[in-house]
Amino acid sequence: MRHQWLAAAAALLLPGLASAQTVYPIDRATILSTANFDFKVEFPNVVKHDDIKVLINGQDYEKVFGKKATFIEKEDGANASSLILRDVSIGKPGTYKIEASAGGSPVAVTWEIFGTPDKPKAKNVIFLVADGFSVAHRTGARIMSKGNVQGKAAGRLNLDDLTNMAFVGTSSTDSIAADSANTMSAYMTGQKSAVNALGVYASRAESSLEHPRQETLAELIRRKTKMAVGVVSDAEIQDATPAAVVAHTRRRADKAEIVGMFYDVKPDVVLGGGSAYFLPKSTPGSKRKDETDYIAKFKEAGYALATNADELNKTAREANQSKVLGLFHTGNMDGALDRKFLKKGTVGKFPNQPDLTEMTQAALDVLSRNRDGFFLMVEAALVDKYSHPLDWDRALYDTIMFDKVIGIARDFAAKNPDTLIIVTGDHTHGISIIGTVDDEKPGDEMREKVGTYASAGFPNYKDEDGDGYPDKVDVTRRLAVFSNNFPDYYETFRPKLDNPFVPAVKNEKDQYVANEAYKNIPGAVLRTGNLPRSEDTGVHAVDDMVLQAQGPGAEKISGYMENTDIFRVVTETLALGTSR
Amino acid sequence: MRHGTGRGLTRRGCLALLASTFAFPARAASSQLSFEELYSKIGVLGLEFSERVKALGGQTTRMTGFMAPPLRAESSFFVLSKIPMALCPFCSSDADWPEDIVVVYLRKKQTFVQYNAAIAVEGRLEYGSWTDPETGFVSLLRLRDAHFYTI
Repeated sequence: MRHQWLAAAAALLLPGLASAQTVYPIDRATILSTANFDFKVEFPNVVKHDDIKVLINGQDYEKVFGKKATFIEKEDGANASSLILRDVSIGKPGTYKIEASAGGSPVAVTWEIFGTPDKPKAKNVIFLVADGFSVAHRTGARIMSKGNVQGKAAGRLNLDDLTNMAFVGTSSTDSIAADSANTMSAYMTGQKSAVNALGVYASRAESSLEHPRQETLAELIRRKTKMAVGVVSDAEIQDATPAAVVAHTRRRADKAEIVGMFYDVKPDVVLGGGSAYFLPKSTPGSKRKDETDYIAKFKEAGYALATNADELNKTAREANQSKVLGLFHTGNMDGALDRKFLKKGTVGKFPNQPDLTEMTQAALDVLSRNRDGFFLMVEAALVDKYSHPLDWDRALYDTIMFDKVIGIARDFAAKNPDTLIIVTGDHTHGISIIGTVDDEKPGDEMREKVGTYASAGFPNYKDEDGDGYPDKVDVTRRLAVFSNNFPDYYETFRPKLDNPFVPAVKNEKDQYVANEAYKNIPGAVLRTGNLPRSEDTGVHAVDDMVLQAQGPGAEKISGYMENTDIFRVVTETLALGTSR
Repeated sequence: MRHGTGRGLTRRGCLALLASTFAFPARAASSQLSFEELYSKIGVLGLEFSERVKALGGQTTRMTGFMAPPLRAESSFFVLSKIPMALCPFCSSDADWPEDIVVVYLRKKQTFVQYNAAIAVEGRLEYGSWTDPETGFVSLLRLRDAHFYTI
């Protein structure tokens, strides 16, 4: 009795220490046969090395892994010991029970090691992600781009013709909610992780770079195949989603280190924004804290450099060009509405940014030269970056752009049928369309102009030049799009024509308050937020993600799957569980 | 007291010396600089300071903008930005900061109020990459010995 009370009291006095040991990978992990991962056991207190017993299916772990772990008596100076063994793998598929103890009661976790066929079913995999992709994005893009006449869509998106579909769970090891880092990491490593983590389990290690890792899809492809790898995004290339293809860190904010991780893996094609983290510290505009010049390093490694759309298109056309580094912005690139129509955002500073369709086409042109096939990841990042600040028009224009990227991928697959295409988001947003906003409705109050049920009718977007985008975004009867979650902000019921929306700004009390720059727009109303005052924008939703696929391997996509299961579909399709 | 030539301070000289010590040098002769004039080249491979910035280096310069919220309400420095900033660059190392900012080091502490309000800042312009030894913050442009007022 007393012993239990003391143990409980000790646990209360030492926050952060578990009361039992923790094993990584965690319980119910599904691990690819022959894939490398780090094995770690964290004990709640200091233990003697000789007392430690770790069994895998009844056998000593040293026998199973073929090497001895490192014992750390006091990890990071705390009164707690750890056992860590990096870069292990298990070859034989099956269920594995891991029991770890140090004199006391053992903790057991179970892993499933899965194998793959010997031969790949696809030569190429095109993995398309619209960050934050939610159902309302696709409905809105379809109505804006194709129209709806008497209840039926007047045209179809490329999205609408993908053959297989599943609902995907996006939750984290530490929460039902998630961010772009751990969700993309789930696709790329098959392991769930904590919010903000990339390619690692979040353990108690102090340094963000010392957590137990798992091999990413790109690293597996590099180690086992001769396939080419491409990473394309219109965000900073070191941002979470593209980073997840190559990175291992507990902190997605380790952007400078992530550039180094890109350099370690050297994907054949790397296209995106974020040049600031490639420039040495002494160059004005750099965001690095060291003098490493990654642009010079990539060039020395044989990459052609492109810094705008013209250079990209020219470089991709060169028949013997197999490695391209394209950096088109110091930060995140601009979206379709600003680049093609309004010329706001940072278009003035970077007037020659390629469209995501051009980046995708260039990547396919270069990667498809590889006789052994390729893995290409393309992210439409700004769908999320505009959805957060409640800028629906910009988010929907970029969804239309994402759909065109899907069209390019499907055209490629039509000519190269041994191509698996996956189309998905990483997590959702709380966005929904509930009707229209009609300026012609009487009165001054904007809420009375919201058309619901029969009074919504149809919006009056026009696409006379047939490019798929509405010719004008600020039409008189437009989609009524709202978020179910928001900080304090001024709702204007109108597209933000001057610049991307900034709904809330920080005050001197460290709280986000409604941005008064929008206060005097006719009809603007203050909405009191339903989020903590520490949130500056809308947040991610927990709602299921809709994932689609076509091509060899797509038949595995159905029902409800965890995002970690998608890694299994891709690795099975590419036969990465064997020595290819 | 002796007047005119001769060694030592005359009364007039003494008063002039006192006056110059206590006057605010900034208000007398400061040049106006806007955010649009900071860089002559902004590109993927870096930024280049404009000729105007290079000419004003070391001189009293006046800029208008908005205050990005600092860590403490009473601080001796803050970030001046072109538009009201939603995210404080100091508050976490995660936050990236835009190019359109100038770090203001105040001559003496002033109380920060009204984050949505436009302010004018006067100080000695300094350009070039510099790392603040206290915060580790790397800045490209600074106004030193500065003071600000709302406009």
